[in-house]
Amino acid sequence: MLTILLTAGVIGGIAVLCASALALAAHCFAVYEDPRVGELEKCLPGVNCGACGYAGCSDYAKAIVAEEAGIDRCAPGGNDVLEALAAATGAAATTLEKMVALVHCNGTAENAKHRHAYNGIMDCQAAHQLAGGDMTCNYGCLGYGSCARVCPVDAIEINKNLAIVHPDLCIGCKACVASCPRNLISMVPASKKIHVLCSSADKGPIAKKACNVACIGCRICAKLDGDAFTMDGFLAKRNYDNDVTNPAVIEKCPGKCIVDTAPAPPAQPTEGQHA
Amino acid sequence: MKVTRALRKLRGSIHPQYFKGLTADAPITTMPAPAKLFVSMAQHLGAPAKPIVAKGDIVVQGQCIAEAAGFISAPVHAPASGKVLEVDTAPTPAGTMAPRIIIETDPQNTETQTLPPMPEWQKQPRETLLARIAEAGIAGMGGAGFPTRVKLSPPADKPIDTLIINGAECEPYLTADHRLMVEHSAGIVNGIRIICHLLEVKHVHVAIEENKPSAIEAMQQALEQLDGVEASVCILPTEYPQGAEKQQISMTTGREVPSGGLPMDVGCVVENVGTVLAVANAILEGLPLTHRVTTVTGHIVQTPQNVLAPIGTTYADLVAFCGGLTNPAAKVISGGPMMGMAQPSLEGSTTKTSSGLVFLEERRVHVYRSLPCIGCGRCIEACPMDLIPAAISYTVEGGDYDKAEALNILDCIECGCCAFVCPASRPLVQHFKLAKPKIIVKRRQAAAAKGTA
Ligand code: SF4
Ligand code: SF4
Ligand code: SF4
Ligand code: SF4
Repeated sequence: MLTILLTAGVIGGIAVLCASALALAAHCFAVYEDPRVGELEKCLPGVNCGACGYAGCSDYAKAIVAEEAGIDRCAPGGNDVLEALAAATGAAATTLEKMVALVHCNGTAENAKHRHAYNGIMDCQAAHQLAGGDMTCNYGCLGYGSCARVCPVDAIEINKNLAIVHPDLCIGCKACVASCPRNLISMVPASKKIHVLCSSADKGPIAKKACNVACIGCRICAKLDGDAFTMDGFLAKRNYDNDVTNPAVIEKCPGKCIVDTAPAPPAQPTEGQHA
Repeated sequence: MKVTRALRKLRGSIHPQYFKGLTADAPITTMPAPAKLFVSMAQHLGAPAKPIVAKGDIVVQGQCIAEAAGFISAPVHAPASGKVLEVDTAPTPAGTMAPRIIIETDPQNTETQTLPPMPEWQKQPRETLLARIAEAGIAGMGGAGFPTRVKLSPPADKPIDTLIINGAECEPYLTADHRLMVEHSAGIVNGIRIICHLLEVKHVHVAIEENKPSAIEAMQQALEQLDGVEASVCILPTEYPQGAEKQQISMTTGREVPSGGLPMDVGCVVENVGTVLAVANAILEGLPLTHRVTTVTGHIVQTPQNVLAPIGTTYADLVAFCGGLTNPAAKVISGGPMMGMAQPSLEGSTTKTSSGLVFLEERRVHVYRSLPCIGCGRCIEACPMDLIPAAISYTVEGGDYDKAEALNILDCIECGCCAFVCPASRPLVQHFKLAKPKIIVKRRQAAAAKGTA
């Protein structure tokens, strides 16, 4: 009986001692956290994607409180988060244009030719380092999926050796942009659906030899709709400030590289493959 | 004239089949300029040269057609006379895009342009000689293509006492340096004399693998003409990678280049025999670097041989000069089979660093399926740099570049011994080649951030 009491007493004593030590420590070393940080954190989506330039949502909240960062940096959150943040901080709310990633290439296995067999590491940079990749086109998508591996929300699919971003899934974090050794990915407004899906700077005949859907630098699009299309050497570029006013360009483009992705989001043109 | 032996054995090493007999005894043949030359501007390490000619310009052999773009860079000269057809961009073997000048050669135009020869070079100031070496566009011809002028101007706090002439040529198949030593030993010794004068060194080792007795003999005789310095031919055992810079220093002088260090940290400069000959030609005859000897070889080449060809000759022209192929090639490698680069087509062209062009038939090309590491440790035994290739490759695969750096990935010389012995056929060297540039960029960014902070 005595043994039991003694044990209970000693253990209980240790418990009381430790509890008071902990209570004391909690009191002395208490870290003051600005309650506003927690409040803002609740407004943020919590995906910790890093698009804002901070290590995660909580870091970004701290930066807003410290007035180091504006409230318009959360791309995945879009306008809802922006409004919530504006309400919480009292800052003026603007509207954000939703931006999504786009792979500026349509060189699927059927469209683009392969130059040599590649039997190395399944990584785009590794394949690119070997004589500029195994595609005949020196600019197009290699399809080894380095971008898909860095996407935090699996918005990129590799289909027939071509990376395609699903705009509905993309949260606009830009992680994929830097991962592509061919610099094929850039952010475009989600509302714009007509794109130039080619990045080949080569002259027409060379580009055409490498891929069925290459831009041949004919300038027809720039002539038909100069506000929406501009030329950069032998490559047409989409000017996203303006809408496409003359949808005939899609039909008229001899390279078949102007594509309307609106009907079915991960749209692939079928014209080019059979033409 | 002394003949010495290597001071020790290589730590790790391999013994591939050499097949040097295909070309080792054939004299160097001179190839006339083909109809078109495709001259890349990225033939050396560092910034690509800047073209200074335009489409339609008439150029003569030896004329400077592109100037150095910075200190670590080298100019490029027209390898033959003719007309500039086009100045465009083309991918380099490493995948980056670089400018390229296409010349349509004109066999009628035999004019050549040289720089003024300097027979009295001993009387010239050091700076003039170095400027000439830079002006002639000389870059290390062993493979790395480091601009020679930079290598020969070590900072004052790094005194150099030993010059090592690299004639090891440890890559299988290649015999270009071997033939140069046999046929141009006098020229090489002239180059050694000039470089000794520039670096003010008193010791020269000419390092040659023992499988080249004719080169050893030729260099031994030629070195008799060299006075004022203590010269020796150092005979190295036939092992791969005997020709690697750090390995040669350790073999000939017993010094170890520290991790992350350079040969100059232990008072050495290592130059390839081809580079030394180019230095002699630039100073004594005023010749810019426009031609080089390339070993065109393989069991399916009609007449494998060492060809002195203008730089920018396409691989297709080179093999046509050698009589074509007897059987279709399954793989074409620019450089040696251990460290060279497989080529996507014969459209590529030679550069200042093209030591060889190896044609392999189907039977010699294995398409490996890479399997997980079985933990056998053979790569560790084979690595001449004392690294742990298996462990480094996992860290790279997992994207943990900091760990890879801690495992000294930057000391890897990309010799390929580890991948050669790996029974699981792991693409070890490719992992290292992928990670090294990324780590170097990260280091640079960190250093820059520290500088601005
Ligand atoms: S597709 Fe690109 S931008 Fe969109 S979520 Fe994925 S990585 Fe981020
Ligand atoms: S878009 Fe770029 S990173 Fe993505 S698969 Fe294509 S080449 Fe690779
Ligand atoms: S490639 Fe690098 S890791 Fe592999 S054996 Fe050579 S030095 Fe060692
Ligand atoms: S040789 Fe290959 S299988 Fe063996 S330990 Fe090294 S990586 Fe692993």
